[in-house]
Amino acid sequence: MKSAVIVFPGSNRERDMLNALEMISGTRPAAVWHADSELPDVDLVVVPGGFSYGDYLRTGAIAARAHIMPAVAKAAERGVRVLGVCNGFQILCETGLLPGVLMRNADLKFVCREVMLETANADTDFTRKYAQGQVWRCPVAHGEGNYFADEATIERLEGEGRVGLRYAKGDNPNGSINDIAGILNERGNVFGMMPHPENMIEELNGCTDGRALFESVLEAVA
Amino acid sequence: MIRNDIEITPELIAEHGLKPDEYQRILDLIGREPTLTELGIFSAMWNEHCSYKSSKKWLRTLPTTGERVICGPGENAGVVDIGDGQAVIFKMESHNHPSYIEPHQGAATGVGGILRDVFTMGARPIAALNALRFGEPDHPRTRHVVSGVVAGVGGYGNSFGVPTVGGEVNFDPSYNGNCLVNAFAAGLADADKIFYSEAKGVGLPIVYLGSKTGRDGIHGATMASAEFDQDTEEKRPTVQIGDPFSEKLLLEACLELMASGAVIAIQDMGAAGLTCSAVEMGAKGNLGVDLNLDAVPCREEGMTAYEMMLSESQERMLMVLDPALEEEAKAIFLKWDLDFAIVGTTTDDLRFRVHQHGDVMADLPIKELGDEAPEYDRPWEAAPKPAALDPSSLPAPNDIGKALEKMLALPDMCSRRWVWEQYDHLIQGNTSVGPGGDAAVVRVDGTEKKGLAFTVDVTPRYCAADPFEGGKQAVAECWRNLSAVGAEPLAVTDNLNFGNPEKPDIMGQFVGCIKGIGEACRELDFPVVSGNVSLYNETNGKGILPTPAIGAVGLLPDVTARATIAFKAGNEAIVVLGETKGHLGQSIYHRDLADGRDDASAPPPVDLALERRHGDFVREEIRARRVTAVHDVSDGGLLVAIAEMAMAGNMGAELTAKTDLALHAWAFGEDQGRYVLTAPAAEADALIARAQKAGIPAERVGTTGTHELTLDGGTPISVAGLKAAHEGWLPTYMAAAPEL
Repeated sequence: MKSAVIVFPGSNRERDMLNALEMISGTRPAAVWHADSELPDVDLVVVPGGFSYGDYLRTGAIAARAHIMPAVAKAAERGVRVLGVCNGFQILCETGLLPGVLMRNADLKFVCREVMLETANADTDFTRKYAQGQVWRCPVAHGEGNYFADEATIERLEGEGRVGLRYAKGDNPNGSINDIAGILNERGNVFGMMPHPENMIEELNGCTDGRALFESVLEAVA
Repeated sequence: MIRNDIEITPELIAEHGLKPDEYQRILDLIGREPTLTELGIFSAMWNEHCSYKSSKKWLRTLPTTGERVICGPGENAGVVDIGDGQAVIFKMESHNHPSYIEPHQGAATGVGGILRDVFTMGARPIAALNALRFGEPDHPRTRHVVSGVVAGVGGYGNSFGVPTVGGEVNFDPSYNGNCLVNAFAAGLADADKIFYSEAKGVGLPIVYLGSKTGRDGIHGATMASAEFDQDTEEKRPTVQIGDPFSEKLLLEACLELMASGAVIAIQDMGAAGLTCSAVEMGAKGNLGVDLNLDAVPCREEGMTAYEMMLSESQERMLMVLDPALEEEAKAIFLKWDLDFAIVGTTTDDLRFRVHQHGDVMADLPIKELGDEAPEYDRPWEAAPKPAALDPSSLPAPNDIGKALEKMLALPDMCSRRWVWEQYDHLIQGNTSVGPGGDAAVVRVDGTEKKGLAFTVDVTPRYCAADPFEGGKQAVAECWRNLSAVGAEPLAVTDNLNFGNPEKPDIMGQFVGCIKGIGEACRELDFPVVSGNVSLYNETNGKGILPTPAIGAVGLLPDVTARATIAFKAGNEAIVVLGETKGHLGQSIYHRDLADGRDDASAPPPVDLALERRHGDFVREEIRARRVTAVHDVSDGGLLVAIAEMAMAGNMGAELTAKTDLALHAWAFGEDQGRYVLTAPAAEADALIARAQKAGIPAERVGTTGTHELTLDGGTPISVAGLKAAHEGWLPTYMAAAPEL
């Protein structure tokens, strides 16, 4: 699998993501600078975590207008898989590639801890290596992960199976609506999630539950 | 507009924190009255924070060399060889005064400053820790300070992208008006690619990098060298404002620049900003420096030379550039949207000259600015050695289980989860052991299993009762923390927080602690490679507890063989290593459960030879994978240590106190040099035999299993109940309405 990771000023989990993708896919991803306007020919584009542009103005708002983003949108249109993690999820929402918004955590504090996730839909390109309903371990690290969208949007997301991941019952770290942790676009090739599967992939992390997410994409594009 | 030709009055001199005899020294040195800018420069260079004038004499007594030491104190941070051509670079530094005045920004810029110290030397920061001390919980300002400091530490480190993997938090009335924020950072670099601040070469460009200069933080270092009084609020403008986003850009740009070969010397602008960095670079290289302030990127218009030289705006660096690579260097900084401006030149005349608008605003001898700073041999008096506490003078608890539960929920003993869950401790993907253990363990990036361990520790109440033993204990506990995860202790950084050194009893605490730290570091081959001194931590004439925080680094050849504190399985033997003598003087039990806060009896003594023997043994057991869990015994004593292991593993144990001591002395005594280990029951005898063969007292005190702790067949204590109490205090406290 060929992949690319977008790097913005203030991205800070891009190295984690590059390492994870290399470890799992066997190929070092390309790091693509925000000021570029073209993407290499890849199967997966990842918008990684961090504090792009310092989270100033609004998380993801400035990055969503970066030079590279039209190319990401075009790739998504072509059906290339796009994964946004944490700040990447926020950026994808700000670009309109995904619906809704990520607000400040309900308790207004940054939270870094392990949560239990539930695979709400295992029939997606990003979750197919999990079992439907599988509950697995994954860390979160964010101050603004409180997913929100209007009622009609939520109804659509739920009705169309576009909620890929939920925080397991009682383990919602940010107050997101319907315990939503990750959602898909209509076509199913763009996925945004707050938790960090890239930090849960080897024995050192105490658990390897995050691997299956990357393996899902690997299988989907094979 | 502040004029430069303003008359220098005694009041102005005093406002700059200079004593009359120090001012006379300036007159003697330059042979004329200084300009206002020059007075500001002297005040910046000669204050306690920058000159170490009260502490230097004693700091020289610390051991600072060792086989692995590449660079000891005197640079931005210490550098230690970790083999394979790699080095760890680390330091701890205080940001106490600003953090009390403005908790969020004060703490944030404390973290920013220490990260910059590390990456200025060419290292990518890989771990941050902190030692935080707050006033008593009931004090009306404490919640505000805790909440601001924690948010500031987290806000900066999280955005910058360094994992904050450990630390400590204490509460004590002596910090009511003067919290302590000690920030530690460590970075990783190739051992042959370390960057230093010593300027080399005449006529070379001096380049200003990073954020623009504003009017924030003017006189920060001078403020940090004075006591607090009722007017502390008025000092808010001396606190700098942090921008972790700029710092992250500065990190990436600097590392890229260093790799390009354009950097001859580099120094971050920390305390006393442009002044301190320019003078240090020139003086170290035996060179003069000419600065042209018209070229300095400014955030505000009309800044005077005085303001620019004393601004402590954050996220700035100064470097001497190889002129052949100027264009390349500039392109890197422009790519990262940072300022890059040539603001000066190195000269051969050893003068520090500052130009603005065609005028010379300052013209001073550069070497003397640092070398001729006043140095004091302050009078000091050692407190008399305290007597040991008579253990029978302490009442036994009615119910040991209830006492344990109470202990675990004390402000100083409860879980710090509320704090460290606000810190990203996982970023970079190398965290092997995060917060909550004896020491944090981080894999060395890019290696398969090499690891570094980090800890910070000090027990201020021990230091107050007996500075020498307290100083020793701080070092010994760090040594123990590292050994308890399986790391080889390498070196330490010290962050010495004390009251007013002009008072002989405070100076006596300082001297005593330094002597203790020195002795322990020598005995344990644990050199001090960097550090920071913070004095005048007093409010309205009352000093803090002496708090010489120690940060320490250890090395693990194989992170997969590290130990953690949690019980792993049932039916495992619980073995205590080291002798339990029931020392209750200065213990948590004595202070908080037996009304001993004002007691002045002796803290537990530290036997350094035993520390070494026990630590070496534990480390070997861990590396040979013969033990399943390890925890060192510290605050609260043996039963608390075992309870912490139980809570971490969600598993109980059946315990037997085979002892002649009173049960509470056995359970809560704080004798030093002890560890609790677990091993499969069948291997317990062999473990004990190996320990005894090594000359170490070892005793099996119980077996893991069930969900309760049972002591000598008494009422079972629910581990879940203990955990609820332990985890509950801090969030409940922080959620309560402020009492303002």
